[in-house]
Amino acid sequence: MDLLQAIENEIKPVDRAVDFEVGDTVRVHYRIVEGNRERIQVFEGIVIAIDNKGLSKTFTVRKISFEVGVERIFPVFSPRIAKVETVRKGKARRSKLYFLRERKGKSAKLKERRFMSSKSAEAKSAAKVEEAPKADVAPEAQAE
Amino acid sequence: MKKALIGRKIGMTQFIKEDGTVVPVTACELGPCVVVQKKTEEKDGYSALKLGFVDQKESRLTKPIAADLKKKNISPKKYFAEVGDFDKELQVGSELNCTIFNEDETVQVTGVSKGHGFAGVIKRYGFGGGRTTHGSHFHRAPGSIGACAYPSEVWRGKKMPGRFGNKNVTVKNLKIVKIIAEKNIVLISGAIPGTRNSLIKVAEK
Repeated sequence: MDLLQAIENEIKPVDRAVDFEVGDTVRVHYRIVEGNRERIQVFEGIVIAIDNKGLSKTFTVRKISFEVGVERIFPVFSPRIAKVETVRKGKARRSKLYFLRERKGKSAKLKERRFMSSKSAEAKSAAKVEEAPKADVAPEAQAE
Repeated sequence: MKKALIGRKIGMTQFIKEDGTVVPVTACELGPCVVVQKKTEEKDGYSALKLGFVDQKESRLTKPIAADLKKKNISPKKYFAEVGDFDKELQVGSELNCTIFNEDETVQVTGVSKGHGFAGVIKRYGFGGGRTTHGSHFHRAPGSIGACAYPSEVWRGKKMPGRFGNKNVTVKNLKIVKIIAEKNIVLISGAIPGTRNSLIKVAEK
């Protein structure tokens, strides 16, 4: 299997680190091609699952749109994803939040975890140059 | 003659194209292969190339094969297979690798399918079977195998239980999605027969 992993690393179109967790509310900026025009559409919702499948790694985002639950599965290494912003950190005790599907309204909310907004995180990372690997994640994702 | 190479199946993964579409692919190691023998019309009755693939210890070969390879100055090989005589320029000892193929080319892949042992008709031919509950006594049996007075026999070729898989299978019309020449890796769209590490033959359509 190691050889297969090496191949997957080689054919990876974009190297993107996942800097959000299950339970977080994210804004996924997705490139949409209409004819020869390209625009960016934002999909905002709670990450209810992250599936680690090597190159095929995906995450599922759920949102309520006009009282209808909408889920979308994004491949992490898709070149169509422009960036992923974390809006809110959620407190989740399990890795798959499928129980949210049966919930409506207030009960479908997760408790918030204290976290630094991406702006202050960037400011902090600029101050701490030694912690480069972790800090790199945010600016890189925005550059994509 | 169609160009062909022998190689080994590595396993399946996905390939993400530039526009974001995801293609299921099988990674294969194709070559480097060595021409071990050229069969000719005059001598053998047909023309073909015998290719050798994967180096191995000389002690693992039978003495006639080892001696033959030594005479031709070819390092000991593990697998041998014949392919069509597609390039007249090739000589005994010349090396072939996956760069004889191009990306987006249509190929066919031959391999030995996974063996399933002695299998019933549901697994082997996809029969529907009967109900499991509600008093049914008919579960996975094949059912009727023919009528009575006419034809008074079971038709030849009737689908019945038996050995399933472990046969030569060719899958046609597969596309080469990507070639990684320095590692001799070729990504072929879709599934190909056989287990991981099994020997395969890839030929131009």
